[in-house]
Order: sequence, then structure tokens, then C-alpha cells
Amino acid sequence: MTTPSRAVTRNPEGILRFAAPQQFYPLAGTLAPWFAQAAAVLTAIGLYIGFFVAPTDFQQGEVYRVIFIHVPAAWMSMLIYLVMAFWAAVGLVLNTRLSFIMCQALAPTGAMFCFLALWTGALWGKPTWGTYWVWDARLTSQLLLLFLYFGFIALTRAIEDPRRADRAGAIIALVGAVNVPIIYFSVQWWNTLHQGASVSLTKAPSMATTMLAGMLVMALAAWMYAIAVALWRVRALILERERHTEWVGEVLEAEGRAR
Amino acid sequence: MKARNKRLLLVGGGVALLVAAVALVLTAFQQNLVFFHTPSEVYEGKAPTGRAFRIGGMVEEGSIRREADGLTVSFAITDTAKVIPVTYRGTLPDLFQEGKGAVVQGMLDAGGHFRATEVLAKHDENYMPVEAQYAIDQAHKAAQTVQQ
Repeated sequence: MTTPSRAVTRNPEGILRFAAPQQFYPLAGTLAPWFAQAAAVLTAIGLYIGFFVAPTDFQQGEVYRVIFIHVPAAWMSMLIYLVMAFWAAVGLVLNTRLSFIMCQALAPTGAMFCFLALWTGALWGKPTWGTYWVWDARLTSQLLLLFLYFGFIALTRAIEDPRRADRAGAIIALVGAVNVPIIYFSVQWWNTLHQGASVSLTKAPSMATTMLAGMLVMALAAWMYAIAVALWRVRALILERERHTEWVGEVLEAEGRAR
Repeated sequence: MKARNKRLLLVGGGVALLVAAVALVLTAFQQNLVFFHTPSEVYEGKAPTGRAFRIGGMVEEGSIRREADGLTVSFAITDTAKVIPVTYRGTLPDLFQEGKGAVVQGMLDAGGHFRATEVLAKHDENYMPVEAQYAIDQAHKAAQTVQQ
């Protein structure tokens, strides 16, 4: 066998050696708790700023505080899908098993953030706009993202053969990624009820500093949480897929002894 | 060509084609993806006639009038270029104010008067503390006094 992926897994060098599930499993186990602790600390700081330090909004009053959860969740739901599409592309091109596992490990977290963004948005919409839901371009494309996540999860779970499940899922991940820029730019391209971005890379944020600080800390917390949970899920998926190999037997035995 | 490069080309080409297709579809449906029309567009005849649609803009300063029944409200919606008079019967969202954004759904009658069945407040992307708004108002007043 001379396929490139086998070459990578057979001759591990530098960082690429972690492309082998056997090598990545212990690394993920070491890293995940650190990300989880960072997530817990940042969430505590972010929520404290959001609820006790940040001032009341001049127009919306207290209800605006939903942004400390809504905006990071919405950002995360879009970013995770793009990362999934990246791993799907890497997996399809390089035939690396771990890439597909990464892709599948991220999906439930992305779906959770996507639902959270839609739900908190609806709760904010009622007092602010006067309605829970409208079919404007932003809200509709975000709902489509939730269905893409559900479709991805359902499809990869429904196909028995992991190699075929990987490929089918990768195609949904790549095709669906087109929706992410549509969500992001929908508020610029079309008239929408949803307001434009308060924070973007191209202009100064139109928010008070403490409000912005709380939101960015919460966004960082969401990153840490997503990484920690994805790493743990990667570990579970690796064990499941490699359960017939010798090294998994050894790992499980060692972990059993440790308990 | 290596098998890996071929696959890279295949995936890259597929995604590029897909992006092009989606871009074309979205351009074709441009009109249907718009959540509301501006008053200027209504004057230009771009808004649909004979069915309900939405107009978005600012509630004109000093235009809100409540009728004697306490439920019917009339106001004007503007994009600073054109103004459309609106009447609505029902409860208004908390953030509905003069000088702020709103989206109204309903139909135009023969006299160019918009009969709204639903009024939504449109919030903008600015978030600031109450004190900052107070300071801005004060500065605004000061500037006006200087001009006079």
C-alpha cells in the first residue's frame, strides 16, 4: 500500500504523527481538561461582567443582556460548521481517518450552539421586536444551519459502514458550508429585521466597552468549551472505531486498573 | 498527477461550482429574500401590489397620533426621502418610538395609505449605557444652542 495517508501514519514525524488516532487519543486526554477549566473560569468572568459590571442599555433596558449568550453562541454555531467543512475536505483529500472523526465530534456541539442562538434570539425578539420569529433572511438561514447539523448527525449515525458514513457526512459538511457566509452577510445583502453586526473586523464596534468585553470573554469561553467537549468526543469515537485493535485493549485495561 | 492532488482538485472544483450555483440562485431570488421595502421603493413601484408586504424605515418624529378608541394608532414611516402614512389597530412593541426603526406589515389602499396588520420594532446595532445616551443628548442640545 502506497497511499499517502498510510505513509503519514506509518512514518510519523513532527506534529503529523498525531494524525494517527492511537497518538491523538492520549494527547486529547491531556489537553481536554485544560480547555474545560479555561471554559469554566472564562464563563464565570464573562457572566459576572455581563450581569453585574456591564451597564443597562439606553434603549432596550436589561433585556439586551441576552447578547452575552446569544452572540457567542451564534458565532460558535457558524465557526464550528466551517471547521467541520475544513476537516471534511482534509479527510476527503488526504484520506485521514482522524479528520472525519474530528468532523463528527464537533457536530453535536455546533448544533447545541445553533439551537441556543435561535432560542435566546426568540426570547429577545418578543420584547424587542414584538414577535418571537420572523422569516427574514438572517433567521431563516440560521434555522437552515440547525437542519444541516441535524442532517449531518442523522446521516453519519444512520450509515453502518464508518467509511461510507464519513464520506456522506463530509459532503453535507462541505455543501452546507456555503450557508455560513450567507448567514453572516444576510444582514448586509438584504433588508432584514435582524440588526446588522455590532462587532466586525472591518469597523469599530458600536458597543460600550464593558458590554463588548463581557461578550468577547463569553465568546472565548465558548471556544474553550467547544474544544474541550470535541476532544472528549474524539476520544470516545476513536475507542469505538478502533475497539478491535490491540492498543485500545491495552488502553482500556490500563484505565480499568487506574480506577 | 498524484491521487491526492486529483482529489484536492475534485473537492475544490466541486465547492467552487456549488458556490457559483448558490450565488446565481440568490441573485435570481433577490426580490423574494428582502424582508421589507423602503418607502422610496414603494414610490418607485418596486413593492408588490394587491397583496400584503412590509415597509421598513424610521417612525417620523412627531407623527404618532392615538385615536379616541385608544387602540388605533396612526404614524408615518420614512426613509428620510419619502414618507408613507400608516394606520394600525393593536398593541405596539415596547421599543416602538418616534425616530426609531420599525417594520410594518399590511397593504396599501387606493389613497396611498398603508393599513398595517402587524407592527415590529427594528432595533439597530448600537448598544450603549443610559448615561452615554444622556451625554449625547446634552451635547446635541448644546450644539443646537450654539447654532442659534
